[in-house]
Amino acid sequence: MKTLFNSGHTACAGCGQSMAARLVIDAAGPNTIICNNTGCLEVFSTKYPETSWGVPFLHSLFENCAATASGVESALKYLGKAETVNVIAQAGDGGTADIGLQALSGMLERGHNILYVCYDNEAYMNTGIQRSGLTPFDSNTTTSPIGPKSTGNIRPKKPMPEIVNAHGIPYVATASCAFPLDIQRKVKKAMSIKGPKYIQIHVPCPLGWRHESSLTVSVAKLAVETGLYPLIEYENGVLAAKRQITLKPVEEYLKVQGRFKHLLKNPDELKKIQGIADSNINKYGLKVSVATA
Amino acid sequence: MRELLEGSMAVAKIVQLCKPGVVSAYPITPQTHIVEELAQIVADGHLDAQFVNVESEHSAASVVLGASAAGVRSYTATSSQGLLLMAEVVFNIAGMRLPVVMTTAVRSISAPINIWNDHQDAVSLRDAGWIQLHAEDIQEAVDLHLIAYKLAENKSIMLPVMVCMDGFLLTHGMETVNIPTQEEVDKFLPPYKAPYKLDVENPMTLGPLVDPESYMEARYALNETHKEALEFIPKLAADFSKAFGRTYNGLIEGYQLKDAERVIVAMGSTCGTIKEVVDELRKKGKKVGLLKVTCLRPFPANAIYEALKSIPKVAVVDRALSVGSFAPLLADIKAAFFGKAKRPKTISSFILGLGGRDITKDSIKEIFRLMVVKERQGEFIDLKPELLKDNYEDTL
Repeated sequence: MKTLFNSGHTACAGCGQSMAARLVIDAAGPNTIICNNTGCLEVFSTKYPETSWGVPFLHSLFENCAATASGVESALKYLGKAETVNVIAQAGDGGTADIGLQALSGMLERGHNILYVCYDNEAYMNTGIQRSGLTPFDSNTTTSPIGPKSTGNIRPKKPMPEIVNAHGIPYVATASCAFPLDIQRKVKKAMSIKGPKYIQIHVPCPLGWRHESSLTVSVAKLAVETGLYPLIEYENGVLAAKRQITLKPVEEYLKVQGRFKHLLKNPDELKKIQGIADSNINKYGLKVSVATA
Repeated sequence: MRELLEGSMAVAKIVQLCKPGVVSAYPITPQTHIVEELAQIVADGHLDAQFVNVESEHSAASVVLGASAAGVRSYTATSSQGLLLMAEVVFNIAGMRLPVVMTTAVRSISAPINIWNDHQDAVSLRDAGWIQLHAEDIQEAVDLHLIAYKLAENKSIMLPVMVCMDGFLLTHGMETVNIPTQEEVDKFLPPYKAPYKLDVENPMTLGPLVDPESYMEARYALNETHKEALEFIPKLAADFSKAFGRTYNGLIEGYQLKDAERVIVAMGSTCGTIKEVVDELRKKGKKVGLLKVTCLRPFPANAIYEALKSIPKVAVVDRALSVGSFAPLLADIKAAFFGKAKRPKTISSFILGLGGRDITKDSIKEIFRLMVVKERQGEFIDLKPELLKDNYEDTL
């Protein structure tokens, strides 16, 4: 199959990010320029003198893809090519929600015609599984380790879709690599809308989450089915769509991952995580009314 | 056309004539007048450019990086803390061989916070890989911007260029300057044609991961290009002189060096003050002179050696520190004589004019006096003794 993200790169087996990145660029098409933050994706796909990318690709630094993309988009406007060439800025969760948040906010506020894609694998995986602002509550990472005085990461995920949505941009969506056609539909929809767009894609990392590399898709699916990773779309600030689910208890998601193993005999903590899922379910109305989902 | 202009207006005017397609900046004193004027020029429709207002200098530099990578001539300006905030991007632009031109309204660095002029910001980034040019006056600042674009975009150079002008002294000073016509500028500076760029017709990956197998060669190439620029800059300056009638060497400028016994080496607007003092002292029969360093990077070691090798006493004036070591310009000048047959008997080092402390003609005369007695090592001029610790404690 012809793709704009070619094989031969050095991603780990079962890498959710590499799956999602291919789906995104293939949906966006060849008339696209990518600006990428430093992170796993850039490292495993562009080792000189080879590249996986069949489209123009710019990597600059860890936190500035939203700004370099703003420069590229401005240059395209100057050249009169803004109508024919797409710009995608993409980064991991740390590069988006932490160190790159300021540049992203500037890009959104200025109204550039750019799709920003956050590949959310819920920690700094490229540097060895340190917690980020998008690491979930109680997750065991190398900088939120468990111990007699710790049950893991002390805070829930930063609500990035809402933070981005608060900028008054036309389109915000979450997606999951367990639902490839849904990713591609959302990318195509984003590309049809003028202005800044944001898609955050849940991408399991077998190494960091400590699950079998063959389970990437099913783990990602469980995150959606438990309500821990709601799939939603905001259009012009309003919740426009959501994937409704037949609910599963959060234990089903947690038990297949080493990063949550310490919680399975801790009913108090499990209750808190179920509370996060329940809150999502209520907030977005994720529960199916008829069991035909 | 000769016009009485504030330095910032003159720079905005020449940048307009260079026709950048993307301008991006974040406000910081004393750079603001330049970018305000450019914003107005764009708003008035006199420059067809995208003016991108960003949320930080880090993003200003990143925007021009992206625009330049897309093959469009780009411009930004900053100062002081802004330059330090964008430092990471500044190194990145040079490593990616993107011909961005940036004005630095040269200013001190906090703490203590101080908005006035010295050279600490630009000098601290001398290792970033940019060509770094320092203007003595507003006319030179104007001309160096035009030279900067032509230099940066030369196919065998492809390096970013920083034009440094002393904050307030030049950015806010008034001077009668020659601003070339659009026709003259267009003739000297043709439209930019990028040898590599982000292009959907010919996709390439810019900024790849380079491992130990190739990283050193990329850095070696950057360093080699700086050596080539040393050869190229005087030729370009000569072309400029031919086209516009104002003579520059581009690297250094000697003033009354021929029979000089005492020479001060300096950068930036201080050189104007030194020239006046040289004229006064010459009238009294004192054999004094000035060597102005225009190009700090690449460092013109050979040109400086040739200019100073027969001068008995040299004093290097630094308006920045390399805290805990030799002053930055001094260290470079001394290194230019390393292993050479000839050298001045003494090369003294003076620090002055930090954080906007006035550099008067008396300051310069004091240096000419002190450098005679013995070789001075990092001696501060115009310090206020009453504010120094020992004296201050006596008053408690």
